[in-house]
Amino acid sequence: MSYSSRMTDDARPSPDALLQQARQEGRGRLKIFLGAAPGVGKTYEMLTQARQRKLEGVDVVIGVVETHGRVETDLLTKSIEKIPKKRIPYKGRVLAEMDLDALLQRKPKLVLVDELAHTNVEGSRHPKRYMDVEELLAAGIDVYSTLNVQHLESLNDVVAKITRVRVAETVPDSILDRADDVELVDLTPEDLLQRLKEGKVYFPEAAERAAQNYFVPGNLTALRELALRRTAQRVDDQMVSYMRAHAIPGPWEASERVLVCINERPGAAALVRYARRLADRLHASWAAIHVDTPHVRRASESDRDRVAEALRIAERLGGQAVSVPASSVADGVIDYAKANNFTHIVTSTAQRSFWRELIRGSAAHEIIRRAGDISVHVVPEQLTRAMKGTSKRPAPTVAVAGRYSESKAYAGSFAMVVAALLVGLLLQRFGITNVALVFLTAVLAAAISYGIWPSLFACLVAMLAYNFFFLPPLYSFTIVDPENVVALFFFTVVAVVASYLSARVRAEAVSAREHAATTENLYLFSRKLAGVFTLDDLLWATAFQFAQMLKARVVILLPEGNSIAVRAGYPPEDMLDEADVAAAKWVWEHATPAGRGADTLPGAKRLFLPIRTGRGMVGIVGLDSDRPGPLLTPDERRLFDALSDQTALAIERIKLSEDIDRARMAAETERLRSALLTSISHDLRTPLASILGSASALANQKDELDKQAQADLLRTIQEEAERLNRFIANLLDMTRLESGAIQPQADFVDLGDVVGSAIQRASGVLAHHNVQVSIPSNLPMLKLDPVLLEQVLFNLLDNAAKYTPPESEIEVSAGRSGDLIRLDVADDGDGIPAQDLDRVFDKFYRVQASDRKRAGTGLGLAICRGFVEAMGGTIQASNRVGRRGALLSITLPIPAEQPQERAV
Amino acid sequence: MSIEPPMPRVLVVDDEPPIRRFLRTSLTAQGYQVFEAEDGPAARTALQRNAIDILVLDLGLPGADGFEIIKQVRDSGSALPIIVLSSRTDEAGKVRALDLGADDYVTKPFGMDELLARLRAASRHRLQQQGERPIFRVDDLSVDLVRRVVMVRDHEVKLTPREYDLLRALIAHAGKVLTHRFLMHEVWGSETDVAYLRIYVRTLRQKLEADPDRPHLIQTEQGVGYRLKAPD
Repeated sequence: MSYSSRMTDDARPSPDALLQQARQEGRGRLKIFLGAAPGVGKTYEMLTQARQRKLEGVDVVIGVVETHGRVETDLLTKSIEKIPKKRIPYKGRVLAEMDLDALLQRKPKLVLVDELAHTNVEGSRHPKRYMDVEELLAAGIDVYSTLNVQHLESLNDVVAKITRVRVAETVPDSILDRADDVELVDLTPEDLLQRLKEGKVYFPEAAERAAQNYFVPGNLTALRELALRRTAQRVDDQMVSYMRAHAIPGPWEASERVLVCINERPGAAALVRYARRLADRLHASWAAIHVDTPHVRRASESDRDRVAEALRIAERLGGQAVSVPASSVADGVIDYAKANNFTHIVTSTAQRSFWRELIRGSAAHEIIRRAGDISVHVVPEQLTRAMKGTSKRPAPTVAVAGRYSESKAYAGSFAMVVAALLVGLLLQRFGITNVALVFLTAVLAAAISYGIWPSLFACLVAMLAYNFFFLPPLYSFTIVDPENVVALFFFTVVAVVASYLSARVRAEAVSAREHAATTENLYLFSRKLAGVFTLDDLLWATAFQFAQMLKARVVILLPEGNSIAVRAGYPPEDMLDEADVAAAKWVWEHATPAGRGADTLPGAKRLFLPIRTGRGMVGIVGLDSDRPGPLLTPDERRLFDALSDQTALAIERIKLSEDIDRARMAAETERLRSALLTSISHDLRTPLASILGSASALANQKDELDKQAQADLLRTIQEEAERLNRFIANLLDMTRLESGAIQPQADFVDLGDVVGSAIQRASGVLAHHNVQVSIPSNLPMLKLDPVLLEQVLFNLLDNAAKYTPPESEIEVSAGRSGDLIRLDVADDGDGIPAQDLDRVFDKFYRVQASDRKRAGTGLGLAICRGFVEAMGGTIQASNRVGRRGALLSITLPIPAEQPQERAV
Repeated sequence: MSIEPPMPRVLVVDDEPPIRRFLRTSLTAQGYQVFEAEDGPAARTALQRNAIDILVLDLGLPGADGFEIIKQVRDSGSALPIIVLSSRTDEAGKVRALDLGADDYVTKPFGMDELLARLRAASRHRLQQQGERPIFRVDDLSVDLVRRVVMVRDHEVKLTPREYDLLRALIAHAGKVLTHRFLMHEVWGSETDVAYLRIYVRTLRQKLEADPDRPHLIQTEQGVGYRLKAPD
């Protein structure tokens, strides 16, 4: 726990402390039974208390409890439900681990999880059991667990020093800090030794010899003290936290802050642990700082990995990890410490290599000199090296491919010196003997072209050549004249210094170029993203960019329904194996990295990382590559962050615009639905009203009605029924169109034939209109669905009849233009208002008709457009040129092949 | 109608009572003796018990029963005229019913006049089968089937052999709808591309119709086939 905010004078609860409390709500409670050594009775105590809880009616289950065959302990487990362990095959054996998923599904109130520091078998979801516990807590399940003090990360070194036994399994201190209760299970060393003698303490066989050295009174006393102190410190912390949360005015100690400087040298991790212990003692908050100097940027991958690892350890131990750019280590550390009110700085003696110290002085010295009122703790490097034990992960050696292959560089350097030699010999001919500068030029050229080592090589060759060819006695490596010895010495010194300086200039130029290239790439990427409007394009571009810049294989997963699915990949691939799917799901549910090289599910082939915006996670990127070692170097990780930030924003932008489109479409659908209801209720009721009215009149008043009136009523019934029939037919057509049930049955069709049958069918509605047909008999045949075309023509004729007064003329004409056939239906009515021309084909759109016109359904033309387009044609509405009236034009494609009449 | 001494016996098969009711009323008024059935089994029983002259059959009976009935009637060797009632968008169903042996169809909803015309055409066809008349006349067209002479408004029209074959097939079933497949089989002896049929219909119309753009003699039943106007 870190608390950096100072208590102010007004007694308000500290927001940090309240936040901490709030975060606890909804989570399960963790109780840790802490012991000084194995055998003190932690498991027994845990079971006793669990049984008590069970008697109180709490739903208790055993996740995992190791009784090691001890009878008393075994007896205690009898009354508590056990969740069977999960069997995990590993290297030919089957190992049993706590079944996390079964527990999550069972969802008891309280789970007993023995041995918190346990390392899970490879292939489990988490590498460590305490991570399983975190998940249980997150699911709102209370957990009882046991822990020996030696397993605490920050005490690991100390315990190792006391007992000379280093335990590999550690848990971060933060889990103890976050535990709601810690109960110390205490036993005096004498009692413990007694129990050991009685065989009541279990130790794995392999460790028996170690155990003999371990269980000696001195060790046990020291361990007991550690456990007591750690518990006491926790009680202290809890007290402080409680007082802050409840605004109890304290005597607060002056807030101490510890800053530890991390460098790329081995031992950084031990330095961090030292800082943590210091901070604990001081009740101080603390941070680890790494200064990103130009020198660091040139450091090897393994060095940079070490820095990243140390920063990670700092975070795990509850510290803050920062990385600041500065021109020198001392500058960065002092500036940051002063700006952030640090009171202590921890550094090691070796911030620099011996050579650099010789040239530039020691960073530690400089920090001390400039620290002012900040205390500086300097830890000897030898000590940190001795403590480095737990950073057991071997630094991967990744060969850094230079711009030139090594041998080529040396050959080049050699050639430059040879060239200088030739020039020198030439100059000698002209009587110029002082050719040292010529060789110096060659050395400089080698330094600039190939870097430090080839240039030093050039230096050596140049020195030898100078000696051999120019210093008497000639053609021998001996030097007679002392003056020449001095000259050669200074030549060498100058050459070495010059080559060092030029090589540095070159290295900085290369590094600057690489940075510029990265920046340029990022810039281009952001521009590319800005120009992408579909999600698929975006994802593809992103996958490609990730793959290029991180030199890895990439998959991108996005949410789909309740789950996530692969949406893009480079190289394109969408198969994830089971472990990968599990890791990706984990990332999606917990928004933390998982998979290869991560804390969770490290057995997966890929590393999965979340892509986030401020509003939450939008997707997941999965990476893998054939390179050994970690997938991403710290630099690449930063690059990844930059890329994924841009991607996240772009994905969000596209999703937002999709959301807007969807909302607009929903509104449109809603508008159509209400229009449909209005239309249907009107169009169905009107004819029904006429029919019902007429029929009831005929039925009830037959005697009062004369023949003419009866005939009128009957005609009304018939006409209105026909109108109703047409409307229903239109509704059905529209429904068929929208449900995609229209499947045109293409057939060779004679246009005149279809026009004729349409007019025949429309003869009822056209009874009072004059239809003129002009269709050239030499038109080619069309290949389309005659039934649909006839319906289109029928609707157009019906429409024309509706919007023109009786005795109007309707003209149907056709003609060929290019490889299209154009079919026009023109009337001589009022035409279509200009502002309506674009909308007449919209569903339920009706041109505002004056009263004398027959009401339309607003479906006819929409169906026409649907049918015509289904047949591969187009339809347009316009007004006739030079005269009154509307013109509806259809164009239909002429099929490439015509039937051969001769073949008949 | 009064000339025909026996009342033609019509069996109406439809599962909708209102349809049966209005058909019974109208057909009885037109001089038919009407029997009713509401489903396939009832229809089969009615067909066996009564000597039915014409069958009016709804294709929309539950479970494709309509097609089954047509098939059974034709399989038994009966030439009973069958008029099917079908829905508007079901061209495929109409063609299938016609190919199975139905004589004609009426699309629901229909006017009584239309159904009566179909019934008349179907009954006449049954009579015609007993002896083809040598001269066919409708409107301005007259065809001497023995001498193979075609006259339109008293002018002889020259037809190619294939055109004449097509016209003859139409005349043989005047008033009845003929499917594309049937006509192609009649004229070409095998199924060819329907395009040829359309081309021949167009040339026939140009030679026979007063206004080929608005044909009255050879009517198109879109998606189904053609129908030659029946003599009154």
